[in-house]
Amino acid sequence: MELLDVSLINWSRGQFALTAMYHWIFVPLTLGVGVVMAIMETLYYKTGKEEWKKATKFWMTLFGVNFACGVATGIILEFQFGTNWSNYSWFVGDIFGAPLAIEGMLAFFLEATFISIMFFGWKKVSKGFHLASTWLVMLGATFSALWILVANAWMQHPIGMEFNPDTARNEMVSFWSILLSPIALNKFFHTVLSGWVLGALFVVGVSSWFILKKRELDFALRSIKIGAIFGFISTILIIATGDGSAYHVAQKQPMKLAAMEGLYEGKAGANIVAMGLLNPDKQYDNEEETFIVKMDVPVPKLLSLLGYRDGDAFVPGIKDIIHGYTLSDGTEVSSFAEKQVSGKKAIQALNDYREAKATGNDSLAVAHKAVLDEHFANFGYGYLEKPADLIPNVALVFYSFHIMVALGMLFLVIFMAVWFFHWKKKLENVRWLLWGSLFSIPLGYLATQLGWVVAEVGRQPWAIQDVLPVQAAVSSISTGSVQLTFFLFLALFTALLIAEIRIMVKQIQKGPGNE
Amino acid sequence: MTTYAFFQHYWWFLISLLGGLLTFLLFIQGGQSMLFSLSKTEDEKRLLVNVLGRKWEYTFTTLVTFGGAFFASFPLFYSTSFGGAYWVWVIILFAFTIQAFSYEFQSKPGNVYGKTTYRSLLFINGLLGTFLLGVAVATFFTGSDFTVGKDNITNIASPVISRWGSGWHGLEALLCPRNLFLGLAIFFLARTQATLFFINRLKHEVLENRSHKYLLYNAIPFVVFFLAFLISIFLSEGFAVQDNGAVYMEKYKYLHNLIEMPVVGILFLLGVLTVLYGIIASILKQSFKKGIWFSGVGTVVTVTMLLLIAGYNNTSFYPSSSDLQSSLTIFNASSSEFTLKAMSWASILVPIVAGYIFIAWRALEKKKTDMDDINSDSHAY
Ligand code: HDD
Ligand code: HEM
Ligand code: HEM
Repeated sequence: MELLDVSLINWSRGQFALTAMYHWIFVPLTLGVGVVMAIMETLYYKTGKEEWKKATKFWMTLFGVNFACGVATGIILEFQFGTNWSNYSWFVGDIFGAPLAIEGMLAFFLEATFISIMFFGWKKVSKGFHLASTWLVMLGATFSALWILVANAWMQHPIGMEFNPDTARNEMVSFWSILLSPIALNKFFHTVLSGWVLGALFVVGVSSWFILKKRELDFALRSIKIGAIFGFISTILIIATGDGSAYHVAQKQPMKLAAMEGLYEGKAGANIVAMGLLNPDKQYDNEEETFIVKMDVPVPKLLSLLGYRDGDAFVPGIKDIIHGYTLSDGTEVSSFAEKQVSGKKAIQALNDYREAKATGNDSLAVAHKAVLDEHFANFGYGYLEKPADLIPNVALVFYSFHIMVALGMLFLVIFMAVWFFHWKKKLENVRWLLWGSLFSIPLGYLATQLGWVVAEVGRQPWAIQDVLPVQAAVSSISTGSVQLTFFLFLALFTALLIAEIRIMVKQIQKGPGNE
Repeated sequence: MTTYAFFQHYWWFLISLLGGLLTFLLFIQGGQSMLFSLSKTEDEKRLLVNVLGRKWEYTFTTLVTFGGAFFASFPLFYSTSFGGAYWVWVIILFAFTIQAFSYEFQSKPGNVYGKTTYRSLLFINGLLGTFLLGVAVATFFTGSDFTVGKDNITNIASPVISRWGSGWHGLEALLCPRNLFLGLAIFFLARTQATLFFINRLKHEVLENRSHKYLLYNAIPFVVFFLAFLISIFLSEGFAVQDNGAVYMEKYKYLHNLIEMPVVGILFLLGVLTVLYGIIASILKQSFKKGIWFSGVGTVVTVTMLLLIAGYNNTSFYPSSSDLQSSLTIFNASSSEFTLKAMSWASILVPIVAGYIFIAWRALEKKKTDMDDINSDSHAY
């Protein structure tokens, strides 16, 4: 039997990352601008002012262009679980498939149906029906996000399931604990809010451009006010839910947290690094310094406080996770080597169980099942070879995380400043701020992408935390095939993105007046 | 029937129904495949693009939901077929991806590649999307070259469960004439339905007349290829399943299914007749505009029943021709009872979804579409 080769795994990962990241260029704007246009149409409905209708339609056109791209990239992602992660699809499909199916049945249809009224119904349905359709589109988009994020959260922290050795897969035992998992809810809010922040940055940035050009001032000032208030509130909330994300990571994925903070040696009362330059020679098993330069956040013990809600709590570093450690509450966590042995026992027990079953020896099967159950928590470790396999790309995760957080702070300042000068009625004169807002649009995209890099790269090597590493998740196809599709999608999506950006720019230049 | 078996049947029914709906909705793709032939002037092209463009999302979303529901209810199919017949599925996906932005982008200034490019992408979607989906579904009857070994999961160096035999990864299905029959049948069916849709929706004399002509050109090959497919599968061996789960070849299996499940058999025949009625009545009477509703309902029923024939009555719905015992059935490929039940609760909401789709469709389609509508619509393509 052929062995799976590493390049197949890496190309498959690359292809997934490529399509997911392209999808994520379009989705957050859909989520954010969706809310903005719904608010504006509500204002039109309430006041009857044609200016609000004009503004609504302007943002709606941009929404439509962007939405189409989100749909185009999404379909590839969905089927990719089957095409490229087929083993994954069997091993956890019993749990993972359900949210995807419900998403299609309930969320995508909501969005697809009412979007046609929203675009083509202005003259055909009543004002109220139209407004309701716009809100339903926004709701549909948000529901789409909910279900897929429930699925993603479950991969980070698998719960509500049981392994069934007869079918050789994990099976769902509690739908509600998967849906209502605190990690899923937090992830949902943090991620949807990131779409809102991006949508607000987009509205504020584009409006700033109109103000700088001294065009459509009435429209631009109307829009920028809505954008700044909406953005300010969303950013406050994103920081709050970001803290929730970090807390959950600390609890459930300590290796990811250690990578986010570049923490090799664990300590009690640990600090948070504000910014630093990592030493490229640092490995978990050498004595090099971790940082070339480093600056801590001036609040002591913050990492312990945020991660464990206790300033003196012990935060394990990468080395500790490899060698085993004891948490402040006395919980002992095994070393990598112990987990690996245990994982191999689980895999062997599964093998023995299935053999015993096949030969009809039920009592022997029961005995093997007991071993399997005892060691199942470490099942995935059995596929790993060496401690280094357990460590994600620290630099990528560290920098991504710190830049994301820094950008979050920056956006807060920008929204506050815009709101303030708008209120003072001086916004037109503060040109540096207007330019700054305009250039924050790409920074918003950067922040959301980096967030996903933290979440996804940080959980490597796990496709399903502790249960299934990526090498056991992949399909058995040739590397060449995956390379070919990788470049096919890269070319298609890049061509799509170029056209999208140009159309957007043209539509913006045309302005709301000349529709 | 145990409750588990009930839910397995229920979900196979839903998958079949989604398949039926999808096949009907492929009329969008059929229409796209005629963009360059049915319409001659730019105005005519625009009209076609716009009547199709208000509906394309339904087909697309149905495809997405079909995929999601298949994944959730029969994950072993999802992992075996998608991961194995890689190239067929990737090309299908590609063909749909290029559709999703082509309507929205084609008339917008700054679209870089020009109107014709986007329309060509729609054309390709119409061509490949229909044909290859038909080919892929035909393998439900004709079999594919794969093995499933759940014990592989304990092989640390190579834990993949489903493996494909042919290095062509699905493209080898194109070598079997029976698969081609269904592929071509679906392609011409989609085009036939598109002409019926145009006859129903358009207020444009030239296009209506031309649609009538095209109806005939496409309906004939559709009927020929569909009959060829039906005859070839009904007269050949099928993949039957014993009570203990073992799969064996049974002569006339699919014909037996038709007879042993009389309700399915009768509905199947009624479906076919309804499709034919819609087509023939529209051909014979210029003033008959409702052909699409007959052929549409007929298509949904026929395809649903055809898929039931593939999966019910102890039949393997995704057979392996190289290793019979690897074949997938609704019993060995399904999700757990718990998951099927949980999703069945969610499926109760489907009538509500159908209800609002109906309301939305009606709200936009109170009257036929003509050039004036398009010219006065701020969101026209
Ligand atoms: C505008 C975008 C944006 C901004 C300003 C922030 N985030 Fe974020 N973050 C995201 C956009 C995002 C995201 C794209 O939505 C992610 C990716 C995966 C996820 O769950 O949300 C994410 C993930 C993510 C994760 C990883 C979660 C996981 O692994 O499951 C953490 C720990 C944080 N964020 C923490 C923060 C903190 C403390 C912030 C303080 C300002 C912050 N984020 C601002
Ligand atoms: C691997 C994961 C993902 C898969 C498989 C996936 C799948 C899809 C599919 C198939 C579509 C097209 C739906 C249609 O036909 O209308 C879509 C669109 C969409 N997805 Fe995703 N998606 C993924 C990740 C995400 C994430 C993380 C979010 C949000 C947090 C999200 C939010 C949306 C939204 C809002 C849409 C509507 C279209 C748009 O926004 O442009 N998706 N997705
Ligand atoms: C839309 C936003 C998302 C982005 C930008 C994103 C990003 C990434 C990245 C960068 C990787 C590669 C990690 C590596 O191997 O180094 C990856 C892998 C992966 N992600 Fe995501 N992800 C997103 C959403 C999701 C969601 C919602 C899911 C599941 C529901 C998901 C499932 C996966 C899977 C299955 C892989 C491949 C296996 C693996 O490497 O773990 N992703 N993603």
